[in-house]
Amino acid sequence: MVGPVHKLAVGAHYGGWDWLVQRATALVMLAYTVLFIGIVLWNGGLSYPVWKSLFANGAFRVVSFVFMAALLYHAWVGARNVLMDYAKPTALRLALMIVVVALLAAYAGWTVQLLWGDA
Amino acid sequence: MAAADRPLVKPRPIYLNLFAIRQPVPAIISILHRVSGVLLILVGIPVLLWFVDASLASPERYAGAYGALTSWFGKLVLLALAWSVFHHVLAGIRHLLLDIHLGLDLAPARRSAAIVLVVALLLTLACAVRLW
Repeated sequence: MVGPVHKLAVGAHYGGWDWLVQRATALVMLAYTVLFIGIVLWNGGLSYPVWKSLFANGAFRVVSFVFMAALLYHAWVGARNVLMDYAKPTALRLALMIVVVALLAAYAGWTVQLLWGDA
Repeated sequence: MAAADRPLVKPRPIYLNLFAIRQPVPAIISILHRVSGVLLILVGIPVLLWFVDASLASPERYAGAYGALTSWFGKLVLLALAWSVFHHVLAGIRHLLLDIHLGLDLAPARRSAAIVLVVALLLTLACAVRLW
């Protein structure tokens, strides 16, 4: 028999989910990096017109958004693991987790603004 | 009676002076994986978004951002971020390989850890040469 599991409100999911997410998001980021390097090589470097037209391309915006989503999810799992190891008092850990979530949410907003804003 | 008198937790010597314990290479790249990850969250992502944002906004804002990043302090920040990316990605790839049971034995694991440490530093050095 498995003993009682004491789940912490400031803990992680209890299972392989986060382990899997951390690796899946890493692979998404690696794939995007390969794609980006491929685009740069294909265009023989990055001139300003190429750069502008790249971000005007709807498909590239969506793929870039997927990259940032993977990056932010990956960042959350990693940051939480670090906080679970070093921020021991529950109040401190919870406070820092809220700070991290707010920060990552701000990055997500900035990403959307950058990709689809009319700047 | 005799068994009940015995304390459940025996007092054992604890020696956890992190500065005196000699860490194996895999432990060193593991803690650096964390350090680089935290650096990327706090500095890397905002610098990336800020720079791409500026580059797309207008030639003037791009010139401003470029000037800031190529200043003396900007280059130091870029170099720290370059190391963070190299180390984090290489250590991450090593993790993925370990996950599919490649290089799990002690000797190969130590060797791959040393490779991660050294290659990340060499790539950073190449960036430094390119920047200055």
